[in-house]
Amino acid sequence: MAEKIMKPEEMANVNHTPPLLSGWMHRPVEIKSGIYCYPAKPASLEYVSFPHAREWSPMDEDWKLPPNWKEIILEGLRERLERFRSLKIFMDICVRCGACADKCHFFIGGGDPRNMPVLRAELLRSVYRKEFTTAGKLMGEIAGARELTVDVLKEWWYYFFQCTECRRCSLFCPYGIDTAEITIVARELLNLLGLNIDWIATPVANCYRTGNHLGIQPHAFKDMIDFFLDDIEDITGIRMEPSLNRKGAEILFVTPSGDVFADPGTYTCMGYIILFHYLQSLGFDLTWSTFASEGGNFGYFTSHEMAKRLNAKMYAEAKRLGVKWILGGECGHMWRVINQYMDTFNGPADFLEEPVSPITGTKFENAKTTKMVHITEFTADLIKNNKLKLDASRNDNLKVTFHDSCNPARAMGLLEEPRYIIRNTCNHFYEMPDNTIREQTFCCGSGAGLNAGENMELRLRGGLPRANAVKYVHEKFGVNMLSCVCAIDRAVFPALMEYWVPEVGVTGVHELVGNALILEGEKKRETNLRGEPLPGMEEEKDV
Amino acid sequence: MNFIFSIVLSSVVVLILVLIPWIGVGALKLDTLFGIIIPYIALFVFFAGIIGRVIGWARSPVPFRIPTTAGQQWSLPWIRRSPLENPKSTAGVVGRMIFEVLTFRSLFRNTKLQFRSGFRIGYEWEKWLWLFALAFHYSFLVVLIRHLRFFTEPIPGFVNLIEQLDGLMQTGVAPVEGFMLPSVMISGFVLLGAVTLLVLRRILIPQVNYVSLPGDYFPLFLITAIGLTGVLMRYVLKVDIVSVKELTMGLVTFRPSIPYEIGVLFYIHLFLVSVLIAYIPFSKITHMAGVFLSPTRNLSNNSRFVRHINPWSYPVPVHTYDEYEEEFRDKMIAVGLPVEKMPEEEAGSAEEEKE
Ligand code: SF4
Ligand code: SF4
Repeated sequence: MAEKIMKPEEMANVNHTPPLLSGWMHRPVEIKSGIYCYPAKPASLEYVSFPHAREWSPMDEDWKLPPNWKEIILEGLRERLERFRSLKIFMDICVRCGACADKCHFFIGGGDPRNMPVLRAELLRSVYRKEFTTAGKLMGEIAGARELTVDVLKEWWYYFFQCTECRRCSLFCPYGIDTAEITIVARELLNLLGLNIDWIATPVANCYRTGNHLGIQPHAFKDMIDFFLDDIEDITGIRMEPSLNRKGAEILFVTPSGDVFADPGTYTCMGYIILFHYLQSLGFDLTWSTFASEGGNFGYFTSHEMAKRLNAKMYAEAKRLGVKWILGGECGHMWRVINQYMDTFNGPADFLEEPVSPITGTKFENAKTTKMVHITEFTADLIKNNKLKLDASRNDNLKVTFHDSCNPARAMGLLEEPRYIIRNTCNHFYEMPDNTIREQTFCCGSGAGLNAGENMELRLRGGLPRANAVKYVHEKFGVNMLSCVCAIDRAVFPALMEYWVPEVGVTGVHELVGNALILEGEKKRETNLRGEPLPGMEEEKDV
Repeated sequence: MNFIFSIVLSSVVVLILVLIPWIGVGALKLDTLFGIIIPYIALFVFFAGIIGRVIGWARSPVPFRIPTTAGQQWSLPWIRRSPLENPKSTAGVVGRMIFEVLTFRSLFRNTKLQFRSGFRIGYEWEKWLWLFALAFHYSFLVVLIRHLRFFTEPIPGFVNLIEQLDGLMQTGVAPVEGFMLPSVMISGFVLLGAVTLLVLRRILIPQVNYVSLPGDYFPLFLITAIGLTGVLMRYVLKVDIVSVKELTMGLVTFRPSIPYEIGVLFYIHLFLVSVLIAYIPFSKITHMAGVFLSPTRNLSNNSRFVRHINPWSYPVPVHTYDEYEEEFRDKMIAVGLPVEKMPEEEAGSAEEEKE
């Protein structure tokens, strides 16, 4: 696959002018490899009782749709219009001002006009007009209405799996029209016909069964943690003893399984373990869980219902273990679900207590009903109260910049907490340009379940705006490390950076914490958590 | 369907709309139809339509709190939050909505992609759309308020005030012979100018051009025609203002009557306005009502500390811990993970071993 990918200079040569003389409505969709993701395996859909599981291929003419597919979609749309005011309003009030058009990373990096948020939404809106508005019924195309045909359905599938639900478009829309919301609904509709992608469906089935997307079974989960303990012992000289599935702990920790599984997320995971160990002697009482071993929620990328089914695990496990509150790790969409959906989905969590930091006594009033605190809120509070002994110089070989993940930025507003931690654990921190960070942040290009391998061209294109900003600080300040608070970022940025800005690595914020934290009784640290020599130790190693 | 088709179609429709009253009143003398019946029908359609729309929207619930957050959340007391961009309470939401509706806050944020290959992608200052939109909406509002003088007796002070301000704005403009009576109202010209710029922008920016529908050009052309007929009436082919007021006052007091000799230009103006009013509820112009109901803007970001209820929430099948342990119990025991239920035969011994 990698060899098929074109050169960066070629890829970055994008034309943004659509073919003005031919309208978009009848342009047949051209499904390209490198852009689309493989369809869902039937077994994965069946495991969670999703309908119409079957073998099919997007490249085939015949998608093996059920005979009443159109009825299913239109009925599904009617139902959702009645359930979501957002959808109804967003269908009706877009004025096609185009303010959102050049805000989408997929349009910027790819130039496909149907990746302009407004046009992505029109794909669904045109059918809505035809079926649900008088003007559309009477005047058809003149009123922007379009018949739902198999070709339209294929177009939906292709383009609604080219949206990472990042909400950047909604920030700039004068009416707050959120194309992510439209994508969410469109994917629900497609799912009614079994038209899912495997990179989403299989993690969903895994998560349902084993508690995490990667399908890590409890014993393997424990093994993986044990590996980290060995590594940490090598580096710090201390054998740590985190608990798993322990009843009666005060706090349950839930984080994305991606960080247990693959570099560089694993270093962030080690960072968590080190931090929790450090706090233990101060009266910190925390357990991990192999059952609630996933913070992320790929269910959210199929339907609200599936999101709720997967999310239920967190409260259920908190209740079973009898903890007081839940601490959540670094993850993007996980925090959109926790902040905007969790309490509504599966609350009230009245068996838990309002979260209070056992170390500083700080009450997390903003998590009063959800009872779930973001780890950067928790750690920032520790640092502010001088509870952590940190040696930022251990990160001196890093020139760090910070990528705001879409969901914590635009569906929560977690902007300062991670920055505060970075500033206290590193001496060299540089921001990317204003139009590319904080609420205006650019997506990694692989969110919302699009971090597969077969759609690498799409991912590289979608990641171009972010990479471009990283390149800017790399050239200007010598930035060599891109930090983030999202497990998907950590999984996808290495490939993206390798392609666009090869000299830049990727780290989680708690990896920086793990490096900087001075532990009681630790040996003199010679390497960081990656096993690379610490600043000043390079020569000693050589000798 | 491309932009040429959309533009031609919209212009033809507007031309026909001009011709209808021209013939209807000018030739067929259907003054009552165009002066009374159609305006009433239009108003009725407008109110019924817009109320129907809003009720339709309001009937669908807001199951989840999904504000788009555009600033720092409220978390730790020492972190400065953005009360307007990321409101945590109703007051914040009201503030955010005021900025959104009165100053077009989100449009103000606009940037323009400057795509240069070879890694120099920029996002440039772009305030034109914001400026045109603001000029358009505010001049429209002023024109609307000025027109209240035709529907009120006595004329309220603020209408006179607005009119005076509107007239004052043009001090310094060299008066053209015979043109300065009555005083020039700047708002009408700003409106026409802004509409023109919005049309040009729609045609000239390729991305906007591509997504535009006839329904995007039509209202702009219609408003242009309304503005032009208005300007013509005021400054060039003057109509009898006293008669106009007689008719409009008749309409608002529900004692409609047709005065003699207003002139067909007025009926064209009135008919176009009627069409616009009746068109609003069925078009994108409903955004003027919809923006207030937009869930990404009118909700506070408080769902972690105030419980939000989904009215149609229903129980869903979940995979329970017991089912999970049932499947993996042996493996869990083998690595020493605690379990709820020991397998029958070795329950006693395993328990002891662990203690
Ligand atoms: S910014 Fe909003 S109103 Fe304008 S085109 Fe995009 S979705 Fe439509
Ligand atoms: S949500 Fe993000 S990916 Fe989707 S259309 Fe909007 S900007 Fe593009």
